[in-house]
Amino acid sequence: MRNDTLSRIGTAVGLILILVWCLLPVAWIISLSFKSQEAVTNGSPGFFPSSGGGAGWQNYVDVVKDDQFRQAIFNSIGICLIATLLSVVIATLTAYAVARLEFKGKKFVLTTALVIAMFPVVSLVGPLFDMWRTLGIYDTWIGLIIPYMSFTLPLAIWTLSAFFREIPWEMEQAAQVDGATAWQAFRRVIVPLAAPGVFTAAILTFFFAWNDFVFGISLTSTERARPIPAALSFFVGDDPFNRPASLLAAGAVVATVPIVLLVLFFQRKIVAGLTAGAVKG
Amino acid sequence: MTTTAETATKPRREARTSDKSRAENRLAIKLVAPAIALMLLVTAFPMLRALYLSMFDYTLTAPDDRTFVGFQNYLTALSDQLFWRDTANTVFIMVVTVFFELVIGFAFAMVMHKLIFARGLVRTSILIPYGIITVVSGFAWQFAFSNTNGFVNSWIPFMNPDFNWFGDYWSAMAAIMVSEIWKTTPFMALLLLAGLAQVPEDMLEAAKVDGATWWQRLWRVILPNMRAAIMVAVLFRALDAYRIFDNIFVMTNGAQGTESISFLTYRQVIEQFQLGIGSALSVLLFLSVLVVAFGIVKLFRVDLSAARQG
Repeated sequence: MRNDTLSRIGTAVGLILILVWCLLPVAWIISLSFKSQEAVTNGSPGFFPSSGGGAGWQNYVDVVKDDQFRQAIFNSIGICLIATLLSVVIATLTAYAVARLEFKGKKFVLTTALVIAMFPVVSLVGPLFDMWRTLGIYDTWIGLIIPYMSFTLPLAIWTLSAFFREIPWEMEQAAQVDGATAWQAFRRVIVPLAAPGVFTAAILTFFFAWNDFVFGISLTSTERARPIPAALSFFVGDDPFNRPASLLAAGAVVATVPIVLLVLFFQRKIVAGLTAGAVKG
Repeated sequence: MTTTAETATKPRREARTSDKSRAENRLAIKLVAPAIALMLLVTAFPMLRALYLSMFDYTLTAPDDRTFVGFQNYLTALSDQLFWRDTANTVFIMVVTVFFELVIGFAFAMVMHKLIFARGLVRTSILIPYGIITVVSGFAWQFAFSNTNGFVNSWIPFMNPDFNWFGDYWSAMAAIMVSEIWKTTPFMALLLLAGLAQVPEDMLEAAKVDGATWWQRLWRVILPNMRAAIMVAVLFRALDAYRIFDNIFVMTNGAQGTESISFLTYRQVIEQFQLGIGSALSVLLFLSVLVVAFGIVKLFRVDLSAARQG
């Protein structure tokens, strides 16, 4: 009996610790975004804005009015959505083959995906920088979409193959018995069944692309294609020790809103996708 | 490949199956081709190009002055103290962050596993650090540790309120690692939670009935049953940590000797346009990731077929 109470208290304490761990830094960056810029320049230590050191919504107004910032948000949304869409389509085809068909080279596909997931991306920026300039796609959307696609493919392929294995494939066979070709069976029967998995893969892919920084700073040079993480890091000046903290915090909060919304609405799907295939099931 | 003559002599049914499997093979190749082409276009091809460029003395500011130097760039890099210092930093960050992520992530996973209420709330919260951009996490922690605008100094008892975390190697590294650990522990916790669900309940009950203490159950029942999940999580996180770049770029920009090997490579290529030596560093970075991956797989005997292919 005593043991039970103890374990219940332990779980409750653990729950609080997890919530503090996850949300405290988020609360901090929100709180910081409400400190006024004068207060920050003069120094205003402490978690909350000091009395008289608050800025109200001013930092948010400034951020939203900033052309560079707006352009960066637009770039990020556009680039990430296109990359996600294309990556998921390609990964769906691949995952279907991996989960369903017997073919030579399946191992090669899976190994390639595994190696790419572990690839040190920085080692690619040099050659890509050079290649992209030769091809004329340096500092363009397409120049970022291509690497985002290749680096989200492994995640999308794994997630989707794990989902595809759960699909009742007898239905596909039934369709084939009824005279559908392999392709028709895939498109008419399997795609609707696989849609939830595809959607999960899309969210994870979007997260990954939205989070990218290395390609964002290396393969762009102007605001034409610079995505939001890179834009934040270049936001003002090049002195890393004297940034307009509260303005940056407001920008960071704005850049985080899409992610938080996705998490709030699709929490279950994301967890399922992240852990799909991570353990032998 | 069977020849036509052979096929003809075989019984009809077999011929049909092999036809079917050949059609299946062809379809599969068509389906996987775009993904493979894309993945190789952005990795294998540039890597080969890096290998080629690393043999030259090549600066983008003087592109016509490209001269073949053989392995000179590698010798320069490997005999430079900077390379070894940054590799040591990277390995240090990898070992420390993965250790803390594993311990804290496991504790979180245990709590989430036991939880009967507020499950949705916890899952939603735990996904937020995972989803937050690393650059934002770096800023949040940089400002938190800042002695002019942060709160960390005032929250630590007996701490000098003017202590500058970024003025010294060890404290700057600590700040970087806090940001890294904060952001990635939830991912670790989710992977471990999935592993925890694989531990057979009846085995735990049996151990309990036999009078095993909590500690014994943890080490004799839970952990051995989660071995595969733990190893996969460690492998993935370790290789990710080895690539650390964003946090360092944002928080210290390499000051106080906190550069990682990725940061060094980036600086050579993008900031100094040294494509020759930068490419050599790229190749070395790639090789060191391979070594780390190989080391972990061998050391812990990770069964990769139990991993992601699930």
